[in-house]
Amino acid sequence: MLAFIFRRLLSSALVLFCVVSVTVLLSFVMKGGPFDREKPPPEHIQKALLERYKLSGTTWERYTSYMSDLVRGDLRASFRYRDWTVSEVLAQKMPNSIKLGAVAFVIASVGGVLLGSLAALKRDGLVDWSAMFGALLLISVPTFITGPCLIAVFGLWLKVLPVGGWGRWEHVILPAFCLAGPYLAYVARLMRNSLLEVMKSEFMRTARAKGVSDTQALAKHAMKVAVLPVVTFLGPLAANLLTGSMVVETVFNISGAGTVFVNSLQNRDYFLLVGAVAVYCALVILFNFIVDVLYGFLDKRIKVYG
Amino acid sequence: MLKRNRPAMIALVLLTVIALASVVVPWLMPEVLKQTSSATFLPPLAKHASGSVHLCGTDVNGQDLFYRLLTGARVSLGIGILGAIISLIIGTTYGMVAGFVGGRVDAAMMRFVDVIYSVPRLLFIMVFISALDSYLKVGLDGARLWAQEHQWLWLERRMGGLLPYSKLLVMVISLGLVEWLTMARIVRGQVLVLREMAFVTAARAMGQGTFTILRKHLLPNLSTIILTYLTLTIPAVILDESFLSFLGLGIEDPAASWGSLLKDGAQVINPIESKWWLLAFPAVLMSISLLALNFLGDGLRDAFDPKSSD
Repeated sequence: MLAFIFRRLLSSALVLFCVVSVTVLLSFVMKGGPFDREKPPPEHIQKALLERYKLSGTTWERYTSYMSDLVRGDLRASFRYRDWTVSEVLAQKMPNSIKLGAVAFVIASVGGVLLGSLAALKRDGLVDWSAMFGALLLISVPTFITGPCLIAVFGLWLKVLPVGGWGRWEHVILPAFCLAGPYLAYVARLMRNSLLEVMKSEFMRTARAKGVSDTQALAKHAMKVAVLPVVTFLGPLAANLLTGSMVVETVFNISGAGTVFVNSLQNRDYFLLVGAVAVYCALVILFNFIVDVLYGFLDKRIKVYG
Repeated sequence: MLKRNRPAMIALVLLTVIALASVVVPWLMPEVLKQTSSATFLPPLAKHASGSVHLCGTDVNGQDLFYRLLTGARVSLGIGILGAIISLIIGTTYGMVAGFVGGRVDAAMMRFVDVIYSVPRLLFIMVFISALDSYLKVGLDGARLWAQEHQWLWLERRMGGLLPYSKLLVMVISLGLVEWLTMARIVRGQVLVLREMAFVTAARAMGQGTFTILRKHLLPNLSTIILTYLTLTIPAVILDESFLSFLGLGIEDPAASWGSLLKDGAQVINPIESKWWLLAFPAVLMSISLLALNFLGDGLRDAFDPKSSD
């Protein structure tokens, strides 16, 4: 088990390195620098600017110097937000996104498992049918359509939740549900199919033959196995929630890291862009690592490849 | 089998109607409706000066929303289909090789898929698109100016017409590069089953090479499953595209897709003066189309894939 953890840790670090490298190199080949003006400034000023923001030198030099800075935890300065370092910008915006993402994550995983199990238990009934139709609807309709609809119904019409804003807990509810919607549906479908599969298996019949009640058989035997596909989906879920939160932040006017990322791309604010990608990916990869280890503990049959 | 699945059949008919309408109807509409005009934000069913009706109202530039919806459908569906086909080619090849070769190669290839699965891929797509698009634009513009110099009016106009769509090209390719993962997994799983079958051993005994076996014997057996997942990949690609366009990183005016139309609609909405039609019509059309595609894909899967149904 320890060797497995170590190998996964190593591969996680490798993935993170590749991901950051690709982004850095892509940002170098992007056309249109932050200091390109219609009327270029005098040469010595241009040179001093490039020097100050560590943009001079060949691509290889810039790449290596950036990577060594990154390893030391220095994300450099932002071009656009004067006098702000990338770490400061991200430290201010990232917590909002993480809060939103975490709440959505809990809603999607817990809600999905509950809904999926319910549908599987009431198989082919009205509950099952409507839950699965609702799931398909949620998967099909993008969040930037459900978002305004949620605002219109709960904010403007029923007036039970705030339309926008950020700070109190009730501000998180609508965006989090909006963000979680499609993934809740996905998890529910996954859970339903997996539970149906498990309930047909031999060991369930044995458990019932032994005289274990239906609820006990379900809770003690079936759920443990049926939940495994959902656990493998948790890693991709985290990645999807991160990218999905960009749209939700735009729709609900939340100042989070998603908006920072999109703006940095449009402003050609390279270091902010790369910094955001690095932090995003580090979070997701760390999370994946945890899920992998967790899965190793949950599923005793796991085949451990490197 | 599919014919018995009524929702899937309705979905198929609906999709055909939408696709046909998006291709045919813009040709039949009067030219005056297609242009920008000073009649901005007209509500649905408002009369145009020439006597024709703006079925869905007009947008911020006074363009007919119905026309933009249909051309947007063309773009969105086109991107969806092309992107899905690209991802199908990559995914099928990858999955077939992994499944057929097996062993360590298979394990490594599938681990790679797992890794990409759990990295926020759209992030890279965004960076990738903005990096590549500028080069393509410069290239297209260069070609246009070159044609202008040589008095090749036809080529010049073509290049000028392609310019607003340059991002589309990059987008289709990069989205195709992203959405092949599910396909690869499914195809690999199926190949693992198929390669143990007697006909593969027979083919091998007859001296056929790996490539021939893959192409001649396995591919036909995989065709139904590939078709099914093609149908399920199309809505995924459409969603990705609309996601990018909604954030302003995708398609650019004057070209439109459902995502960019929704972005435009969301920008002008406010509680005082509601221009609901700019949001409602694209939202309804897009939701219905995606729902239909998913219904069709699920129907096909239930019909063909013995594992998912009983």
